[in-house]
Amino acid sequence: MTATMKQTLTAARAGSKSAFIPFVMAGDPDMATSEKIIIALQQAGADMLELGVPFSDPAADGVTVQRAAERSLNSGATLHGVMELVKKLRSKGVTMPICLFSYLNPVYQLGYENFIKQAQAAGAQGALIVDLPPEEAADYLQATRAHNFETVFLCSPTTSASRLKLVDAASSGFVYYVSREGVTGAQNALPQQLQDKLSALRAGMTNLIAVGFGISTPDQVRQLDGKADGIVVGSALVKLIEENQNDPVETIARSVKKLKNY
Amino acid sequence: MKVNTNSNPDARGYFGAFGGRFVPDTLMAPLIELEKAYNELSQKQSFWDEFASLLKNFVGRETPLQYAQRLTEHLGGAKIYLKREDLAHTGAHKINNAIGQILLARHMGKTRIIAETGAGQHGVATATAAAAFGMSCVVYMGAEDMARQEMNVFRMRLLGAEVVPVHNGSKTLKDAVSEAMRDWVSNIADTHYLLGSALGPHPYPRIVRDFQSVIGREAREQILEHEGRLPDSIVACVGGGSNAIGIFSAFINDTNVNLIGVEAGGTAIKPGQHAARFSGGKPGIFQGMKTYILQNADGQAEQTHSVSAGLDYTGVGPEHSMLHDLKRASYAYAYDDEALKAFHLLARLEGIIPALESSHAIAHTCKIAKGLGKNHLLIVNLSGRGDKDIGIVQKYSGEKK
Repeated sequence: MTATMKQTLTAARAGSKSAFIPFVMAGDPDMATSEKIIIALQQAGADMLELGVPFSDPAADGVTVQRAAERSLNSGATLHGVMELVKKLRSKGVTMPICLFSYLNPVYQLGYENFIKQAQAAGAQGALIVDLPPEEAADYLQATRAHNFETVFLCSPTTSASRLKLVDAASSGFVYYVSREGVTGAQNALPQQLQDKLSALRAGMTNLIAVGFGISTPDQVRQLDGKADGIVVGSALVKLIEENQNDPVETIARSVKKLKNY
Repeated sequence: MKVNTNSNPDARGYFGAFGGRFVPDTLMAPLIELEKAYNELSQKQSFWDEFASLLKNFVGRETPLQYAQRLTEHLGGAKIYLKREDLAHTGAHKINNAIGQILLARHMGKTRIIAETGAGQHGVATATAAAAFGMSCVVYMGAEDMARQEMNVFRMRLLGAEVVPVHNGSKTLKDAVSEAMRDWVSNIADTHYLLGSALGPHPYPRIVRDFQSVIGREAREQILEHEGRLPDSIVACVGGGSNAIGIFSAFINDTNVNLIGVEAGGTAIKPGQHAARFSGGKPGIFQGMKTYILQNADGQAEQTHSVSAGLDYTGVGPEHSMLHDLKRASYAYAYDDEALKAFHLLARLEGIIPALESSHAIAHTCKIAKGLGKNHLLIVNLSGRGDKDIGIVQKYSGEKK
C-alpha cells in the first residue's frame, strides 16, 4: 500500500535524510513515455513524485517547464488523461506517493469535489495548486478535509510571518518552500542562507518541509540533504526529457541515480 | 445579491463574485505591498493634486466631448458624442493609468518599471511615463503583436524602453502578461509591474479603474454642460476593459444610463476565432483573477482572435464580470469587418482616424443608433487614435481587393 506524503517525509526526517522528489510534466512528450519515465524514476530511487498537470498559461514556471506544458498539451493531454496515467502507474507497481501539481483553472472547472474523488480513485495522495494561495482556498480545503486528500501550499523567501502561519494551517501533506524569488528553473548557486531558512521553517512549522525551485545538480542536492524533509528536482529532469525526446528513459534514470547518490 | 456597484471591491479584492487574488506565493508579498502603498497614497489629497496637475499639463486633459454631427446625421438616429481620449498624450486613454501608477511606483521607491502590452498603446504610455520620471522600463509584448504593431514598438524604443518579444503560447497579450509576472517575481525589490488594464490580481483592477475614472467624471460634467442632462447610453470597447470601466464608473449609480461594452467578435463567435468573453466564455480563474474567460472544456485558455491586438485577450476585468451578471451593463460584440468599416466611416465623416479597438465601439453604435431615435443621447468612448493601425488596415483593404 502506498504511504501518504506525510508518512514518507516523516520517515525521511527520522532518518536524517531528505526524500528525493522528482517533478515531471504528465504527457511530456506523451503519456506513454511519461509512464515509462516515471517507472524508471521509482526504480532509480525516487521517494515521491510531483506530477505536473499541463496548463496553457503557466505564469509561475520558467521556460523549461513552459515548453514541457506545451509539448504535453500538443500531444493531447487533459486533466482526465493525467488521472488515467496515475491509475496506470499504480497498476504497474509504482508505489511512491504522487502529488499532482496543477494550476487552478482545470481543477476549478472539474469542480473540487470531483477533482479530489477522481484523483484519489486514480491513486494520487494529494495536490499542490500553484496559483491557489491559502487566502482563496476555503472551499478547496473544505473538500480536501472531507476526503483526507493531502494538501501542499507554497511559501517563499518573501512570505511574511503571518502568512507562514496560514500556509502551515492550510497544508496537510507538507509545505513546499520555494528556494528563491523567481520562477521554476535551474540556477547556478543556491541562495545564501537557504539552510538557515530551512531550519527556521522546520522549527516553526507543524508540517514537514520540502524545498524546490532551482535545485538541479547532485552537488546542490548533497548540500541540502537532511536540511529539508524533501528535495524537489524539476526543471533539470524536464530539460533532459526535452533533449532526449526519442528515448529519455535511460538518461533520466542515470541522472536520478546521480542526484540520489550525491 | 446586495452590491454597491459604485464602490471598491471588498477586502479580498472581490467585485461581487469576481476578482480576488489567485497567484503563486512569490507574488503575494509584492501585491500586498502594492495594496498597502495604494491605500496609503490614495488617502492623500497631495497625491491626487499631483496626479491632476500631470493629467492637465502633461497628458493634456481634459479631453473634449465632441458632438459628432456628421456621424449622427449619417446614422439618422441617436445624437452621438465622442469622448476624445484619442487626443490624450500618446494617443489613448492608457496614459492616465500609466501616470497614476508611476507616481505610485515612485512612492514605493521602485526604480524599474515593467509592463505588458497588446496593441502597444499601454507600452507606449508606460515608456513615456518612465522616461518622464527617469525610470528604466522593460515592456513585454507578444511576438505576433510586435509584428502587427511595429510602429508602437519603434515608439517605445525611441522613448528608451526595452521591448522584449514573447514567443510563448499564442504570442499575444495573455502571454505578455505571464512573462511580466515572471519578471516581477524575480525582481520585486526594485521593480513595479505597471499593469495596463483593469484586470489581474487584486489590487490592480481597482487601481486601474480609479486612475481611469477621470474619463467618466469629465464626460459626465461635459454632457451636463452640453445637453443639461445625462446620456441615455454609453458605448465603449472592452479588451481588458479599462477605458470602459473608466467611463462607466461615473454613471454606474445612474441606472437610467445604459452601459454597453463591445467585445471583439473576430471572424465568428466560434472557438479560436473571437475574443468575446461574455458571448463564448464562462467564469474561471486566469492570470490572478476569477472572471469570465474563453476556455475549453478542460479549463485550458482558448485561442483568441481579433483584428485589434488590444481586444485580443482571453479574460476580462472582474468588475465587468460583476456588471454583466448584475445586468447593470450589457456586452455586445463587433466582428473584424464591422470594425474596419467603422474605422473608415469615422475617418471620412468626422476627420478622425480611430484605433481599431475604439472602432468596435463605433461599429456597435452604427448598428443601434437608428433604432434608438433622435431623442436618445449616446456617448462613445473613443479610447484611442488609429495611426498605429494604418498598416493593418492597408493589409486588410489589399486582401479585400
